[in-house]
Amino acid sequence: MSLDDLYREVILDHYKKPRNKRHLDGADIDLEHNNPLCGDEIRIEAKVADGGIGDITFEGQGCSISQASASMLTEQAKGKSLDEVEKLVLAFRGLMAGKEDIDDEALGDLVALKGVVKYPVRIKCAVLAWDTLQEGVQTFKSSH
Amino acid sequence: MFDAKIVRKDFPILERTAPGGNQLVWLDNASTTQKPRAVIDSLVQYYEQHNSNVHRGVYFLAEEATELYEGARTRIAQFIGADPTGLVFTKSTTEAINLVAYAWGLYTLQEGDEILVTEMEHHSDLIPWQLIAKKTGATLVKLPVTDDGFLAMDQLPSLLTDKTKLVCVTQMSNVLGTINPIREIADAAHAVGALVLVDGAQGVPHLVTNVAEMDADFLALSGHKMLGPTGSGGLWARPELLDAMEPFHGGGEMIREVWFDRATYNVVPYKFEAGTPNIGPSIALGAAADYLTNLGMENVRTHEIEIARYAIAEMQKIEGLTIHGPTDAEYRGGVVSFWVDEVHPHDLATILDTEGIAIRAGHHCAQPLMRRLGVPATARASFYVYNTTEEVDALVKAIDIAKQRFAGAWA
Repeated sequence: MSLDDLYREVILDHYKKPRNKRHLDGADIDLEHNNPLCGDEIRIEAKVADGGIGDITFEGQGCSISQASASMLTEQAKGKSLDEVEKLVLAFRGLMAGKEDIDDEALGDLVALKGVVKYPVRIKCAVLAWDTLQEGVQTFKSSH
Repeated sequence: MFDAKIVRKDFPILERTAPGGNQLVWLDNASTTQKPRAVIDSLVQYYEQHNSNVHRGVYFLAEEATELYEGARTRIAQFIGADPTGLVFTKSTTEAINLVAYAWGLYTLQEGDEILVTEMEHHSDLIPWQLIAKKTGATLVKLPVTDDGFLAMDQLPSLLTDKTKLVCVTQMSNVLGTINPIREIADAAHAVGALVLVDGAQGVPHLVTNVAEMDADFLALSGHKMLGPTGSGGLWARPELLDAMEPFHGGGEMIREVWFDRATYNVVPYKFEAGTPNIGPSIALGAAADYLTNLGMENVRTHEIEIARYAIAEMQKIEGLTIHGPTDAEYRGGVVSFWVDEVHPHDLATILDTEGIAIRAGHHCAQPLMRRLGVPATARASFYVYNTTEEVDALVKAIDIAKQRFAGAWA
């Protein structure tokens, strides 16, 4: 177990230079989750057009894993249909559950978070943004 | 002569190596403490030789168990300068405070009454009062914390009125390490007719504690934070208050005579010990009190002033590190909360863990205080009788390793 597996270069890069970290005006999906145990906060905002994710942004504060995971999420979810996003969420959950038969290609940079699996207490940090996105998509779908 | 290097030999777990191969450095003592051989032996001996229910049974084991259990009550009461009649065994500080909330607050407080709670209270001394306020119509009033981590004592006179019925204050902050002026607060509270509840979870294990000198009305204490087993703890209250209070839990042991539709209750403290109590851990808490008494609480306090002073001085040399709370060790205990720029407390705790160093990261069950400090979380190192300056050096070195990992270009 090495810290290099947890703190991959790509994760530190997303943490130090987060992508799409800003407020999004007129978002169709807007949800905030926090982890009451540690205080990590993530707000996901997204615009939905033609059944897919148009612009998607995040705001929040927390550890490198929670913030980098959110940053990578916005990059991977952008432009995908809502069904594809839900599949992506499932694939990411599979990655965090340590499953072997997951589609690495769909996950892109996110496979860098695979090292988190070896640090069970940090998994909740990595999935915070994904819980938020999943609930946001479900809420949007049930109201449209 | 107190020597932490000799003291630590009494603690088997401190011999452990962490998964990375380093020797364990336990710096999460504000959360729970490690156990000396004497406490572990006490538990084992109870279960191997004396296990029985207490206060009933005519056989010799019941007598032995009762004698050990009541003996522990006496020694723990002595440890806080109290009479055993006022000491109720509970499973934790949290349960002790809830006992006061439900057996005293619920029946005593009314609409218009005020409960003065400090801004640095642990959630366990805040949430029970929120619940009781909701049920009774009483109002929570905040005694604020100053920028340098003390209670705003200058505001106390105006916050205490004839509406104030209870003041809830921690003996020592579990985040800032601040030691609060309990006697001064108690005098002011009593002058307006309010009672004082002291949360002793952090104070009792580390400070010379005397309920008469503090003039407290209630003192909640934790066993596992003072070298005892988890599941042990207590509430001390002035016996006349306990006498007048309603029971908390109903069941066996707490009764005197029972009819189908009513009952009379046992004398204090048994009125508050419904059901089979946590016998083994309570006896072992007595052993922990003996162990600390043998070390001498003045010596424990002196050691912690020294180690806190050393830790704060060494940590302040680290660039980008901020210490929350008083920096003068005379006014604080060995709980040091800090923030390191560019390294989130969780990342810091994970990196320290790989070095074998256990610290806490998070809000420490004190979210209102975190808001007051303007931080989402802090890292916290907390010291006890077995911690050495070498362990502080290991902490400082590991913080530097963490800083290096997160150094570089930021957006």
